[in-house]
Amino acid sequence: MRALDRKMLRDLRRVWAQALAIAAVLACGILMMVGMSMTRATLSGTQAAYYDRARFADVFAGLTRAPAALVAEAQALDGVAQAEGRIGFQAVLDLAGQGAPASARIVSLPASGAVLNLPVLRRGRLPDPLQPDEVAINESFGEANGLLPGASFHAVLNGRLRELTVTGWVLSPEFVYTIAPGAMMPDDRRYGVVWMGQAAAEAAMDMGGAVNEIALRLTRGADERAVIAALDRLTAPYGGTGAHGRDRQMSHAFLDGELTQLSVMATTIPPIFLLVAAFLVNMVLGRLIKSERTQIGLLKAIGYGSAEIGWHYLKLALLIGTTGAGLGVVAGQWIGTGLIAQYQQYFRFPVYLRDPAAGTMLLAGGLGLATAALGGLQAVRASVRLPPAEAMSPPAPPAFSRGWLDRAVSALRVRQTSMMILRSILRWPGRAAITLFGVMTSVALLVASYFMIDSVQIMADTLFTQSNRQQVTLVLSRAQPERAVLDALSLPGVRQAEGAFAMPARLVHGHRERLTAVSAHAEGEALARLLDDSGRAVPLPAEGLVLPERLAAALQVAVGDRLRLEMLAAPRAVLELPVARIIAQGMGQEAHIAADALFAAMGVAPQVNRIHLLADPEALPALTLAIKTLPAVAGLTDWHEVRRQFDATLQANMVTMLTMQTLIGLMTAVGVVYNAARIQVSERSHELASLRVLGFTRWEVGFVLVGEIMLLTLLAIPLGWLLGYGLAAGLVGAMSSDLMSIPFVVTRRTYALAALAVFAASLGAVLLVRRRLDRVDLAMALKARD
Amino acid sequence: MDEAQITDAVFRVSGLTRVYRTGAVEVQALRGVDLALAEGELVVLLGASGSGKSTLLNILGGLDRPTGGRVFFRETELTRASDRALTAFRRDHVGFVFQFYNLVPSLTARENVALVTEIARRPMRPEEALDRVGLGARMDHFPAELSGGEQQRVAIARAIAKRPDVLLCDEPTGALDSATGVQVLEALTAVNEDLGTATVMVTHNAAIQKIAHRVVRMGDGQIKADARNETRLEPREVSW
Ligand SMILES: Nc1ncnc2c1ncn2[C@@H]1O[C@H](COP(=O)(O)OP(=O)(O)OP(=O)(O)O)[C@@H](O)[C@H]1O
Ligand SMILES: [Mg+2]
Repeated sequence: MRALDRKMLRDLRRVWAQALAIAAVLACGILMMVGMSMTRATLSGTQAAYYDRARFADVFAGLTRAPAALVAEAQALDGVAQAEGRIGFQAVLDLAGQGAPASARIVSLPASGAVLNLPVLRRGRLPDPLQPDEVAINESFGEANGLLPGASFHAVLNGRLRELTVTGWVLSPEFVYTIAPGAMMPDDRRYGVVWMGQAAAEAAMDMGGAVNEIALRLTRGADERAVIAALDRLTAPYGGTGAHGRDRQMSHAFLDGELTQLSVMATTIPPIFLLVAAFLVNMVLGRLIKSERTQIGLLKAIGYGSAEIGWHYLKLALLIGTTGAGLGVVAGQWIGTGLIAQYQQYFRFPVYLRDPAAGTMLLAGGLGLATAALGGLQAVRASVRLPPAEAMSPPAPPAFSRGWLDRAVSALRVRQTSMMILRSILRWPGRAAITLFGVMTSVALLVASYFMIDSVQIMADTLFTQSNRQQVTLVLSRAQPERAVLDALSLPGVRQAEGAFAMPARLVHGHRERLTAVSAHAEGEALARLLDDSGRAVPLPAEGLVLPERLAAALQVAVGDRLRLEMLAAPRAVLELPVARIIAQGMGQEAHIAADALFAAMGVAPQVNRIHLLADPEALPALTLAIKTLPAVAGLTDWHEVRRQFDATLQANMVTMLTMQTLIGLMTAVGVVYNAARIQVSERSHELASLRVLGFTRWEVGFVLVGEIMLLTLLAIPLGWLLGYGLAAGLVGAMSSDLMSIPFVVTRRTYALAALAVFAASLGAVLLVRRRLDRVDLAMALKARD
Repeated sequence: MDEAQITDAVFRVSGLTRVYRTGAVEVQALRGVDLALAEGELVVLLGASGSGKSTLLNILGGLDRPTGGRVFFRETELTRASDRALTAFRRDHVGFVFQFYNLVPSLTARENVALVTEIARRPMRPEEALDRVGLGARMDHFPAELSGGEQQRVAIARAIAKRPDVLLCDEPTGALDSATGVQVLEALTAVNEDLGTATVMVTHNAAIQKIAHRVVRMGDGQIKADARNETRLEPREVSW
């Protein structure tokens, strides 16, 4: 090995901890890039292959009831490659050994075999079309409830209790992600998908020769909007509830949302780490080069060229870059594998097609190297520019000067050690700025991670505790007069019952339209109140619609504008209504209206199609038992159970996620603080040792070092809060989709936690370095020239 | 050594000036120096502190550029050479020895010498160079593990390992006591005699002038005196 390379390795050994800290910062950026990209590539590749193989439909339409012949007409539409009709409905299930009822989406399997949304058999066999009681169920539901082929369960089909036998487990591109309507998280124990022979479904639902769902696969290059419009026209006479593309298909939308989120994370966060790493390489290499001025001069004197010397130092930067990139790529693979495993719990594909995202990996590795090189280049340029003769003379002592700021500080009459801190910051503003920046990004990253919990918690709170005080919500199979609420009061244990009316609807304003739902609120309702983001109950205006901000923005309406509301289920009223109020409701997607106003506009007597119940907790088992066999009830949500499930899922994932994010987020602070402190110690060991000789205690001398870093940390925290707020806002903006919106609230607790964690990490890092001061040999420190 | 031999000079310097500007202050370090150095000559450069000795030496060695005047190394005019050419000149022809040794602390004695032999055209082996200065036994020691005199001898080994045409020494004994200094001077004169390397040695120390062929005295940026030693002393005969 060449002597110069040996020198580099020995230099590296001297600053290995610093180099490693930089490599770790770099690795954090790379690992996020690699991990997220790999997960994204795997999910989207798997999704594409699966959709293709299982012929996932492009357009979906629901309707009340149409003759099966309508499917052939849909098939004939321009741009349609294939069409399939079927029967689909919600049903309450009664599973043995489970107190609360589950619910399911039941779909029919065409007699001649499915041509679209092909179920993939995982276990057992598909139901025999001639056996009306045989069904297949989705795999995760089967797993969660131990419903192996041959097992049976009860279902209330069209008001009749039936026993169904499981023949097999299947997966379907329609149900990669299975979530009950209105739920926040999948609950495989309580919600499943049941496939039933066409004849059996027709018989069960009195739908002989009819269908109520149509799915289409489009030809290549077909105009989806045109097909949807044509299909809407076709289904309108049969109670069509509005066709939609994949973008509003539940499973697809969730999967897509997740993919977007991964992309956003993979592109927005890593650059921050790379930037900090570049600054650090610059800082550490700059310091090294400064401390080796005379060695550089010597090398030049004995005939080494500038390029050779520059390359010598650049190699050090590249070594850091390689280590960081290598660590990052390896850790990224590991994290990606973990993430994919986590996704496998929620996104059910027949096989996961692992995609290591080799392109991104290469790119990330290259970026890591480039970052280090770029950071090093500027410092190296300084070494190259050093004229050889000048390099031979020892550097002049740093010129401290008394600027106006300095005089102002002197006027404060602080202690001399505090003065040293302030002077040092003023003397090396670049280094102070890098420290400030690194600590600030740490705070910001933590704010942007922790706020997600705020959001989820707020979503949960609004859903569970504030707006929904009810314990159980019954979904009725059809709208009924208000006295159905009185009937519900006679169910066992019910203390309070409240009717509600909700209905899928299309809102139209000019050429803008949104498929959503309208929800009617009766005066004096106490259980399911309409709340805004601040948690206050919103009083409903005597007439007109109340829209959440996002919906209003999507439709481009303001208060006073008139909207057309088309109900997408019986009685299919079309109403012209004014917008009476727009409310801040991060999660809100639905339109709201006072019940009186709605039914007056419709010209009908008040109706309900769901009933919220408050019941004695002891009576819940009896209540659920009674509900299971009630024909008018199509579904039921037990909010306590939903909450329990929600919390359990959240906790399982949050703890690891948070630990990970905190560790990664703190890395930039630790990286800059550790390096800045090490440089201080090496640069000022002489000065600090002199203080000890003068009789200052270890603690007093340490204060000069620790004080400076902690002062910068304190200054950086509020800046980090600001940056974090901006980052969080950006993430929310980038991740929100039509179907999903994340409430954007950053709580004080988040700010406080982020600040506290970073403060502690900074203090830890600087104290680690402070110990080196104890090891400084006083006599040596005073003799040493540098 | 007689005058005829001096005509083939290693260095020829004429009208050399060097002005340092630091802010508003100007320092005239050299004010018109004319000088010729013969091949194989051992010259001692004497003078008070601040008289311009180091400045002259740095310019001769291609570490610095003059403000005015011309410098020739054999047929090459250094004052017109590019940075690249000056680097090549240092690499191929010059050996430096400095007052504070300037060893690379992270490299052992042998590696410090190898630093030069790896880039030189026809170097001796690092071990041979170290043997010449009597350090064959301490080759694998780091500078911190060597005494000042030993460090300076490593520096000399490093300077001669490339078989330079000229050896430029800036106060090589400045940081050393008399006995150690003598060892260093012995190493230098031995190199001058065995390899015929022209050597310029800057010193404050008048006692050392007796070992030279020629003594040049500087003052206030100019050459004040230039004389040959009729009788030379061996290094071990001098002390201070
Ligand atoms: N880099 C520099 N910037 C400004 N002035 C300089 C610089 N180097 C040398 N000088 C000045 O030039 C003059 C000559 O300096 P030089 O180093 O050549 O003296 P010297 O004879 O080697 O002195 P010493 O015996 O103390 O080493 C001095 O007045 C010195 O202050
Ligand atoms: Mg000098």
